[in-house]
Amino acid sequence: MSIRQTMRKRAAGFVRDWSLPRQIAGEDASSAAAKSTMSRTLRPRLEEADTVGTSICPFCAVGCAQLVYAKDGKAIQVEGDPRSPVNQGTLCPKGAATLSLLNSGDRLTSVLYRAPYSDRWEERPLDWAMDRIALLTKRTRDETFVTALPDGTSVNHTIAIGSLGGATLDNEENYLLKKLFGAGLGLVWIENQARI
Amino acid sequence: MGSNMAENHPVAFRFALEAKQKGATLIHADPRFTRTTALCDIYAPVRAGSDIAFLGGLINYVLEHDLWFKEYALAYTNIGTIIDERFRDTSELDGLFSGWNEESRSYKYDTWQYRGEAVPSSLAEHYVNTAESFSEKTKRMEKGPPPNDPTLQDPNCVYQILRRHYAAYTPEMVERTSGCPRDTFVKVAEALARNSGRERTAAICYAVGWTHHTTGVQMIRAAAILQALLGNVGRPGGGILALRGHCSIQGSTDIPTLYNMLPTYLPQPNAFKPHKTLKDYLEHERTPTGWWHNFPKYAVSLLKAWYGERATEANEWGFQWLPRIVGDHSQLPMTLAVRDGVIRGLFVIGQNPAVGGHNANMVQRGLAELEWLVVRDTTESETASFWYKGKPVHAGDLAPKDIKTEIFLMPGALAAEKAGSFTNTHRLVQWHDKVVEPPGDSRSESWFAFQLGRRLKGLYATSTDPKDAAIQALTWDYPITDDKGEPDTEAVLKEMNGYTVADRSQIASYKELKDDGSTACGAWLYCGVFPKENDNRARSRVPDAPGGPGTHADWAWAWPSNRRNMYNRASADTNGRPWSERKRLIEWNAAERKWVGADVPDFEEDKPPDYQPQWWRHPAGMEAHGGDCPAMMIADGKFSLFTPSGLKDAPLPAHYEPVESPIRNPFYSQQANPVAKIWDRADNRLHAVADPRFPYALTTYRVTEHHSGGLPTRTTPVLAELQPENFAELSPELAAELGIANLDWVTLSTARGEVAVRALVTERLRPFQLDGRAVHQVGVLWHFGWEGYAPGDIANVLTSVVGDPNTSMHEAKALTCNLRRGRPG
Repeated sequence: MSIRQTMRKRAAGFVRDWSLPRQIAGEDASSAAAKSTMSRTLRPRLEEADTVGTSICPFCAVGCAQLVYAKDGKAIQVEGDPRSPVNQGTLCPKGAATLSLLNSGDRLTSVLYRAPYSDRWEERPLDWAMDRIALLTKRTRDETFVTALPDGTSVNHTIAIGSLGGATLDNEENYLLKKLFGAGLGLVWIENQARI
Repeated sequence: MGSNMAENHPVAFRFALEAKQKGATLIHADPRFTRTTALCDIYAPVRAGSDIAFLGGLINYVLEHDLWFKEYALAYTNIGTIIDERFRDTSELDGLFSGWNEESRSYKYDTWQYRGEAVPSSLAEHYVNTAESFSEKTKRMEKGPPPNDPTLQDPNCVYQILRRHYAAYTPEMVERTSGCPRDTFVKVAEALARNSGRERTAAICYAVGWTHHTTGVQMIRAAAILQALLGNVGRPGGGILALRGHCSIQGSTDIPTLYNMLPTYLPQPNAFKPHKTLKDYLEHERTPTGWWHNFPKYAVSLLKAWYGERATEANEWGFQWLPRIVGDHSQLPMTLAVRDGVIRGLFVIGQNPAVGGHNANMVQRGLAELEWLVVRDTTESETASFWYKGKPVHAGDLAPKDIKTEIFLMPGALAAEKAGSFTNTHRLVQWHDKVVEPPGDSRSESWFAFQLGRRLKGLYATSTDPKDAAIQALTWDYPITDDKGEPDTEAVLKEMNGYTVADRSQIASYKELKDDGSTACGAWLYCGVFPKENDNRARSRVPDAPGGPGTHADWAWAWPSNRRNMYNRASADTNGRPWSERKRLIEWNAAERKWVGADVPDFEEDKPPDYQPQWWRHPAGMEAHGGDCPAMMIADGKFSLFTPSGLKDAPLPAHYEPVESPIRNPFYSQQANPVAKIWDRADNRLHAVADPRFPYALTTYRVTEHHSGGLPTRTTPVLAELQPENFAELSPELAAELGIANLDWVTLSTARGEVAVRALVTERLRPFQLDGRAVHQVGVLWHFGWEGYAPGDIANVLTSVVGDPNTSMHEAKALTCNLRRGRPG
């Protein structure tokens, strides 16, 4: 079939399938007259899912429950959980965009490193970054740790390292951070968004 | 008040709208006419920062028109309690309370106490510095009930003090200060009173429109006084509901990545308090009466959870390893400590201070002073890219080649990519599953903390320096769930819940915790969330059936003890009977001798309503609380109309102007909160009162399409498209005065910096008539930064580093600014 014939066939198919002429001809817009091949064959994305898990919306503190559907290890749909007494299946514009957040093209996928005085990011292996951060943490802590104030009052802390953030994290994550930074390393500058 | 609920908590606002459909009156008091206002029955316009004048007016109206719920308030509040006769009120001292020390610019709290005894705070820091030995004085609480005059005639009883304090808060003064027309104000007062009492309850919702002030805590206190007087606490449909803004901001307050607390509201040891030894700490932070008497059990169980077998009675369970705080280590002073080079290394984890921090230009300059910076986020944030895209770099004041900071930008994981729990604004702990793997090298923060901890334990393994004993002792043996090394977060939740040390079996209730080292518990208020093996209650997903009680007790789990409505003892009268059939929640069942109902009682389950403490035995803890004491965590068991301890600025809320205000305080010559945290320095200049250079009131806020600092929504294409640009709202009157047309570029400026945005000229904002003069108000969104698909100027460049004395929260909701047509340069 020549290209011209294909085009002609497609155009004819489009005109046949186009709902507007039928509606202009007087058929009710809410009847089958509004249907096209696309709307007839359109299926919900979640039908293709091979996994579903319960989740909680990552934005505000109302705590709307979500159902996250995935296929082949990739999220394909996020919906409000209709069972939840909090949101009864509804989501706000932000919550409804959770899939778009998960699959945003801006997501980072590797560690970016900027050396002192450098003018660029460099990709670095995760293990290398973790080792380097552990070393820097230890070095700064060891150089600045104070066991007691001049009057003898014991403090056992360092005021040279800070940690900021937590309100977007899981309880378990906050627990581990507070435990490691506070109870393990003696940091006192530990804060999060709860005050801003 | 203090909330645009329809916009910022729209799913929760459904409940308000459902109530409206059933006949409830919705009232919105706000500086702007918003989407919330559009759905309310009454709109009361109030200037940003004048909320205490308005709420104080309501308290005055309720008292003077005798509209308060007498049986309720007489029994359940400290309204009859007699205060120290040396107490002097703001009405006598022109805006100050007794105990003021001009030199230290702080209060001594002795005269704020109950007559003859001191009352420990119910907050995380129970100990209060007073002239006389505080802890000795609080012990007197075991000797008898607080001095009380049930006739309310004693001039030093709380009722009389309240009346004197709020006498000046007349409808006329409310109008003069807030700009709310007095007839509108009276309509609000009448509606509130009409909808409170035996048969009806009223709720107050607030958000950061209240907390972001140097008087934020006192705004909430004013609401608490009003609700306690009207009988709207602990009852269905009542309460003061904080609408919080991040998915686990409640969780991160409970399990605090905060400087001043240990998990679930235990005080972080302080070098300047009697916390030298564990014995001192327990003795001074334990309250003699009320539930906090159990404090030692929770503190010792926490130490046992953290330091494991290295925590022994001989070494005070490792108490000395906990770092001592030496002052305010919250975000505002942290900003300055970074700027001044005190802090050399910084972890920023799922937060974006370059946009959300105040005096944002100073924040960016500070980041350039750091030796190293670790940023963990899901996309590149302004905090991570300040060194090549920041404002000082753009302006040519800084260049990458001059910035020494070593920076790690590490990819994090989102909720659907990791398993864990969030705690919502209603204290519901809700588990989320890991459904998919995070992309590439993205990892959860549990992974980051766990793996960093493992490395540091390795680096310190052979140290013999005593300073390294804490990290060596730290229990860190969580099971690993995959080949990436992700720790099992259910194991973490199980540790938070608590277990017996001997056989490591889960504990079902914090009542089982001990102070002898036999139990370990990382967060006592979360005890019960994982009561036995394989029983993660946060993952429970069973709502009530249709027609059920509506408490949904099997949908997730609420701390404490799965209680859904706090203080619910107050839902019944002093005899334990519901105040009314309509407002039934829990009640005393005399036959079974226990409290029963649709909710878990927030009370001792078997304490009869007529129980009276046997004072001759000097009862301690809960034995000192009568059967009519609904506030278990408060030392005297009563809702505090008057707060003797715990607040640094006032036992009763008084109206102070914001630190930057267009007018003088109409109430007192004391202009602003005398104890407000102010850091006035060259890079954080503040505006004088009615400063002619900055004549307009400025407030900042949010829209529904963006989230806080905006990074996750600006990088989400559909949301960036819905709300692509920042704007400033201003009234047609102001626009006409300055020759500004809708969509013109305008420049907002303060002593800290300036931003350029589009003008949105709208009647939603209106000038306020204050003291016979028009005060214009401007509003701007604070979601924007240079990253993502919807970039824009950072509004927090305008704000300053000033804070509430109690919480160190900033004052981004009420400041002053200038405004002109056009863009800078």
